[in-house]
Amino acid sequence: MTDMMRLPEAAARRPAGLVAGGAQALMRLTDPPMRALQRLIGAARMPYVFLLPNLVFFGLFVFLPIAINIVFSMTGGTALYPAERPYVGAEQYARLLDCGSYLDPGSCQEDLFWRGVGNTLTFTVFQMVAMVLFSLGTALVLNRPIRARGFFRAVYFFPVLLSPVVVALIWKWILQRDGLLNAALTMAGGQKILFFVDPGWAMFWSVFVSVWAHMGFYTLILLAGLQAIPRDVYEAAEMDGTRPWRVFHRITLPLLWPNLLVVLVLVLIRSVQVFDEVFVLTGGGPGTATVMIVQYIYTTAFANQVQNFGLAGAASVLLGAVLFVLTMVQLFLTRRRSS
Amino acid sequence: MTGGLLRLLTLRRGGRGWHWTDVASYAYLAVGVLLMFGPVLWLVLSSFKTPSALLEFPPSLLPMAQAEVRVEGYPQPLPLFTVTMEDGSVRELAQVRRIGIAAQMVDPKEPAKTIRVPVDRRTPVRHLAFAVGNYTDPLTQFDFLRYLRNSLVVTVVATLITLLINSMAAYALSVYEFRGKSVAMLGVIGTLMIPITIILAPVYLVVTKLGFVDSLWAVILPGAATPTGVFLLRQYMLTIPRDLIEAARMDKASEWRIYARIVMPLSLPALAVLAIFSVMWRWNDFLWPLAVLTKTEVHTLPIALNAFQGELQTQWHYLLAMTVVTLLPVALVFAFLQRFITSGIANTGMK
Repeated sequence: MTDMMRLPEAAARRPAGLVAGGAQALMRLTDPPMRALQRLIGAARMPYVFLLPNLVFFGLFVFLPIAINIVFSMTGGTALYPAERPYVGAEQYARLLDCGSYLDPGSCQEDLFWRGVGNTLTFTVFQMVAMVLFSLGTALVLNRPIRARGFFRAVYFFPVLLSPVVVALIWKWILQRDGLLNAALTMAGGQKILFFVDPGWAMFWSVFVSVWAHMGFYTLILLAGLQAIPRDVYEAAEMDGTRPWRVFHRITLPLLWPNLLVVLVLVLIRSVQVFDEVFVLTGGGPGTATVMIVQYIYTTAFANQVQNFGLAGAASVLLGAVLFVLTMVQLFLTRRRSS
Repeated sequence: MTGGLLRLLTLRRGGRGWHWTDVASYAYLAVGVLLMFGPVLWLVLSSFKTPSALLEFPPSLLPMAQAEVRVEGYPQPLPLFTVTMEDGSVRELAQVRRIGIAAQMVDPKEPAKTIRVPVDRRTPVRHLAFAVGNYTDPLTQFDFLRYLRNSLVVTVVATLITLLINSMAAYALSVYEFRGKSVAMLGVIGTLMIPITIILAPVYLVVTKLGFVDSLWAVILPGAATPTGVFLLRQYMLTIPRDLIEAARMDKASEWRIYARIVMPLSLPALAVLAIFSVMWRWNDFLWPLAVLTKTEVHTLPIALNAFQGELQTQWHYLLAMTVVTLLPVALVFAFLQRFITSGIANTGMK
């Protein structure tokens, strides 16, 4: 946290200079009524005034919706207003969980939900492995005494800031039938591959594009962890003539382990909610090969002819429960790391 | 001279010689540069190609277009070719029409005389040409200028609201002791676990009730209070010396004045980090706007791009150019504030 405070002052002042004039005018306008308010309710109650706008926003757009979501999940019909929806108890959950066999989505009543669950699981497993391998590898390379480290770090990092739609379109353009990759394949004597017609390839590129877009973020976390390892530990190992692999296995990995755990949990939390890039890249296809849980929820509630808020609500509550557990694990891990 | 340069390039930090791991590191980084920059570069180059150049397979690296000439007696401009004549001489001819394996051609200098040439003896004359129309057409003929404006409005207004309400809450939670403070803190932490992904439909209901459906407010308001923002600012405000605040109280400054005139200016670095985050979040936001903005007039750039790419006949030349437009502001912000952003993210673990 403290490092962030050493931000370049100039960078902070430049936009501030622009805003300062407006802020001062605003101050002159807001001060008299706020002063009157303070006289009215007393200084001791002012903290509540400061807290109020944020709590109103949280209340309206987070806490109230959670309650409504639970109501949605226990009511049926197609009405948007909870009062107009008939109570159905656990019927929506029962419908979601009604499966002949959980290993075969085709045997489920809501087969698309289970295909979403299966696809999301596949995506998550491959994503976690690939993300950790590549971001760890990159962080290790960037932690070496190389030239232009800042430049290379930026190279891996910049896609993190790109819009998921932009990321997906960049790769869609490369991967399309007459795209750059197929041109390279045919020049190398191969055949064109229709990447988005083959379920396996569609999943592969979904994972690949997500790793491409986000690995810079995790590389940063791991690089910060690597740089926090004291140099003298390595120097001692070098004196003893320890082999590099052993250094990595016995020093780097154990000391980096807390950071690696945080990265793993963060990737897990984000993977479970994956939607944007994959949706624009494949549209969930071919068929339902890359439909994820969030896409199922979005489609059920908004994109289908009949908007089924009850079913979407039940699926949201289930996903929310999973995310709750994962976030608790993350908070526990970050707390342990910082203490 | 070159020897010195070579030595400078091969010199390593610490003065040791090259080890195979150094070579491997640089090879890894070189592949990385190609893999990370390449696709974006390819997007930018492609965005300047004409529709016909985009259809070429295999594609050319640079945006090339076939040269055309106006020839007297022909209403349309004619495509220009280099032709190897039967006597071995090479001439530049314009093609009038193609009949099977023969092409009817004309020398622009002698428009009256047509020449028949076998198709395989001619190669098109090509030159570098940037199809700027890819950029100007969507902005003038389609509604992309409106989408750009919508994205800008959402980003700016949402960021201002985010800075204001989150700094107020952070101020209350860092400077005061009051009853219910721990409950408020818990509430803020609690919202960390609720991404909008899992409350799409109910937030839609709330927004409908408030009458914001199909207005930009529907996108601006729901994400304005952010736990990340509150924590980031609170953490920073805790470091502000209490003496400053006490001294201001002695001088009869109101609590609001302390917040606006003392705490806010001192928190500028943290406010700047939150501002950058907020701009990124809003400019790139996708799922929630996709759900709530059904009318095209209120579409933001990402939503418009997605709708455009989903059409039956994807007009890639326009789509690629507008993708570049969407990417450009982020690229500029990153170019100027790179260190700032990476240190902010590395230290908060947020993005």
